[in-house]
Order: sequence, then structure tokens, then C-alpha cells
Amino acid sequence: MLNNQSEIAIIGGGVVGLSVAIGLLQSGHKVIVCDGEDSDARASFGNFGLVWGQGKGWNFAPYAKLTVDAIAAWEDFSKNLNDLSGLDVSLDQNGGFEFFTDPDKLNNFISMLEIQKGHAGNRFNYEALSGDELRNQIPGIGSKVVGATFSQLDGHINPLRFLRALRRAVKVLGGQIKSNASVKKITSNKDGGFSLILANGSVTSSEKVILCAGLGAIKLADQLAFKTNIRPERGELLITEKLGDQLPFISSTIRQVDEGGIQIGGTHADVGMDDNETLDIMVDLARHAVEIYPALSNVRVLRAWGALRVMSPDGYPVYAQSEEYPGAYLITCHSGVTLASLHASILSDWIENNVRAPNLEAFNENRF
Amino acid sequence: MKTDSRFKTLIKSTNDVNFTLFGEIVTVPKGTTLAAAILSNFGEASRITETGALRTAFCMMGVCFDCLVEVDGNPNIQSCMVLVHDQMVVKRQIGLRSIGISKDD
Ligand SMILES: Cc1cc2nc3c(=O)[nH]c(=O)nc-3n(C[C@H](O)[C@H](O)[C@H](O)COP(=O)(O)OP(=O)(O)OC[C@H]3O[C@@H](n4cnc5c(N)ncnc54)[C@H](O)[C@@H]3O)c2cc1C
Ligand code: FES
Repeated sequence: MLNNQSEIAIIGGGVVGLSVAIGLLQSGHKVIVCDGEDSDARASFGNFGLVWGQGKGWNFAPYAKLTVDAIAAWEDFSKNLNDLSGLDVSLDQNGGFEFFTDPDKLNNFISMLEIQKGHAGNRFNYEALSGDELRNQIPGIGSKVVGATFSQLDGHINPLRFLRALRRAVKVLGGQIKSNASVKKITSNKDGGFSLILANGSVTSSEKVILCAGLGAIKLADQLAFKTNIRPERGELLITEKLGDQLPFISSTIRQVDEGGIQIGGTHADVGMDDNETLDIMVDLARHAVEIYPALSNVRVLRAWGALRVMSPDGYPVYAQSEEYPGAYLITCHSGVTLASLHASILSDWIENNVRAPNLEAFNENRF
Repeated sequence: MKTDSRFKTLIKSTNDVNFTLFGEIVTVPKGTTLAAAILSNFGEASRITETGALRTAFCMMGVCFDCLVEVDGNPNIQSCMVLVHDQMVVKRQIGLRSIGISKDD
């Protein structure tokens, strides 16, 4: 049996595990990332790439604050990532819209944003626009749109390039990423530390272990005495052919990737581990996009796919340390792109438990 | 210098269609795919990508998207997936297509 020694082992090489790895490597730790199989459900390969605040944490103040911090930290984070990896993730933080075709839903959302604004201590702000104001501002918005909210803070990145940049950065910083390295069993050693037994029988030992396996944590959490029940939630997306001109807005459901294609998404379905796309939803998504911006009606859709979100019971992030197994951590969230800027910075202080450590009490498991 | 087509049309047909290919009137047998018509009449690129690369039909089966052209004003048409029809007007696809004007119906 091969035995691999490391200071910190991270289980899961999606955006969450890799972001955490970057922070730890930059504070001088020795890190190995064990990443599972291509057949795993991997939200990091199928997401929408938003760095987004609107609606986040309106009914949970700590999350509203965390999100604002994360958004503010993105500019430096993307520079850091660019320096390390040589890749530009095309961060664009020029503000984003939420469009509405139903006046009740618009008013409801405005009340939520009002509460969110209260939580974030005015570091979060938004504008509400009527349909006509919006059409004045952005010619070409469809007549069925009754209004929108706009936040200056919202933006997006190129999600697949982001994943590539994270992987490169981890390697440049001297981190090791093992692929096809599914952890099947975790044991805690008598003299401290952990042993991770992989599917191929090899063993990796480490002083600390951080579970960042996305939906893979469903099978591993209780081995470290974590009690968070993670569940999948399917989102479906479309991508169109690349366009030469620029879409004049970003919204949480329609955005143009820097390479030119338009991504359309934002659906939610509770269908277990099934990540297939469905014709009904494809039709709904296309209809939605054309309703918001009718010029898209003759643009071709090239691909459709489904991907599974990683949801905690209340949908908020979990930053937990195992009470039974000190040195074991669980990190999971459903907006791993948005929060990556913090995962790559403050979480290393939290894991070291040093004087700069952020207070993440609100996100531990006691709430479940 | 203009490059000639490297392909020869084997089928002799009396049932021909005439259409405009890159500014010239061309005659091909009815039932010819547009990609085959392009390859048998031109030896040059039918598409120039956004980054300036020269392309023409390659897979002939709808997979590679290298055969994109503009047909009757519609951009990004896969020429291997459509048949030539009378009076068709075909232009090169140069760079990315545009969104066009947003109009409500
Ligand atoms: C449709 C959709 C749209 C989204 N849009 C956005 C957005 O716009 N903005 C945003 O911020 N977030 C968005 N998200 C959420 C974001 O994609 C996720 O929060 C993020 O990708 C989660 O990353 P992760 O690393 O936790 O999980 P994953 O990407 O699932 O990665 C987990 C990794 O762990 C590995 N693994 C699993 N089990 C094991 C094991 N036993 N041993 C070793 N490795 C294992 C897997 O192979 C995988 O690589 C979206 C998600 C979806 C599905
Ligand atoms: S030749 Fe490949 S798609 Fe038409």
C-alpha cells in the first residue's frame, strides 16, 4: 500500500476545494487535494458563473454580510488568480439585473432586497426600475417585462476558465492534485491525524482533513461525525452560438460569456441525483430569454445541460469543525463561485484558528 | 491566386438548380447539399473565423461547424445540413454573427 503523507488533505477538487487549497497554500501549508471521478456530479463544471448578491441572505443576516464581503474581495482574488495561473477569468462587476414579468413577484423581491439591505449595513444597495424605465435604459427589452431590480455589485466570470485557473494556481503554489482519487473511507489515527483510503486501495495520511466533496459529502460526512444533510437540486442551462456583439445587460438568468455565447438558466428541480436535461425546461428557458430580450428569438441554442446544486438544509454555507474528530472540517455551499474569493482567503485563518480568524459561528452545524 | 476546387462532381444531371454562391451564379444537380456545392465549385475558404482562421466544410455531417455560411441573409447556417435550392443566395460567414435588432411581437 502506498502511503502519502501531507499536512492538510482536501477531499474534492471542485471550486470549493481548490479555492480553500489556494488560501492554505498561500499561508504556507502543505496541501494535497484528492479529487474523485469524472462520473461524479460536479457543480463546478456546469454552473452559471455569477458573482452575485441580489437576494442572497435576505432572511439570514450573516449570509448577506458574507456575500457582500465575497463580492468585494473578487477583484483582488481574480488578480491573484491571474498572477498565479496566467489565466484571466474575465471578471465583470458592472452590475446586474433581475427581470420580472409578474408584478407581484417583482414587489415581493423588492421587499426581500430591502431586508437584505438592512442586514448588509448599507454595503448592499439596489435600484428598482419599472418596465418603461428599463426599456428606456436598455432598448430592446421585451414588452412583457414589468420591471427589474439592479445591483451595482453584481457580475460574472467565465466559469470553466475559472476552474482551470484554480487548478493551475494550486499546482503553481506547490499543491498536489490527485485525480481519479475517490475517497471511500476516512479513519482517524490514534496518534492524531487521518487516513484516507482511496477507491484504488492507496492511502493518504494527513494531520487535517477538509471535506469539500460537494454532493460526494453525502457519503462521507457521517464518517467524520458531521450531521449536515446535503441534497442535490437540479438546474438546467442553455448556451447559444457565439455572437459578435455584446448583450447590453447581465441578469441572473441571461448572461453573455466573454467568448460570445449566451447562457440561459436559473431553474430549480428536486429530482435526486438525476442531472439530465429535459425538453420542457429547455423550452421554458428559451421562451423566458425571448420574453426578456426578443432579439434572441433567432439565435441558435447549441447545447443544453443539467447540473446539480449542492444544497445544505437551509441553503446557506456550512463551515464546520468536527467536535468528535478535531482537525476535520466540512465546507460546503451553493454559491461556490461567488464565495470563492473568501474561501481562498479568510478560511485559512479560520482553519489555523489564528488571531485573524473570522467569526463563522453562524455557519456551523448547530443550526440543523 | 484563386484556388480551384479539388473535387469533381460525378453525377450528371438534367435537373439542375441555379443559385448565387459568393457572388457568382453556380449550377449544381438538384439534391446537392450546399457544402458539396461549395466544395465542388470553390477551392477556398467559405468561412473566416473570429480569429481570422480560414475554414470550409470538413465533416459533412453536422458536427464540426466549419462549414458555416450565410444563406438568404441568415447567419451561421451549416451548409452540410441544407440542400441547395433555386435562387438561394449564399455568402461567406465572416467572424461571429450579430444579435440583430430586438423587436417584440
Ligand atoms: C446549474 C447551476 C448553476 C450555478 N450557478 C452558480 C452561479 O452562478 N454562481 C455561483 O456562485 N454558484 C453557482 N452554482 C453553484 C456552484 O457551482 C457550486 O457551489 C460549486 O460548484 C460547488 O463546488 P464544490 O467544489 O462544492 O462541488 P463540486 O463542483 O461538485 O466538486 C466536488 C468535487 O468533489 C469530488 N468528490 C466527490 N466525492 C468525492 C470523494 N469521495 N473523494 C474525492 N473526491 C470526491 C468530485 O469529483 C468533485 O470534483 C451553480 C450550480 C449549478 C448546479
Ligand atoms: S461540415 Fe462539419 S458541420 Fe458541416
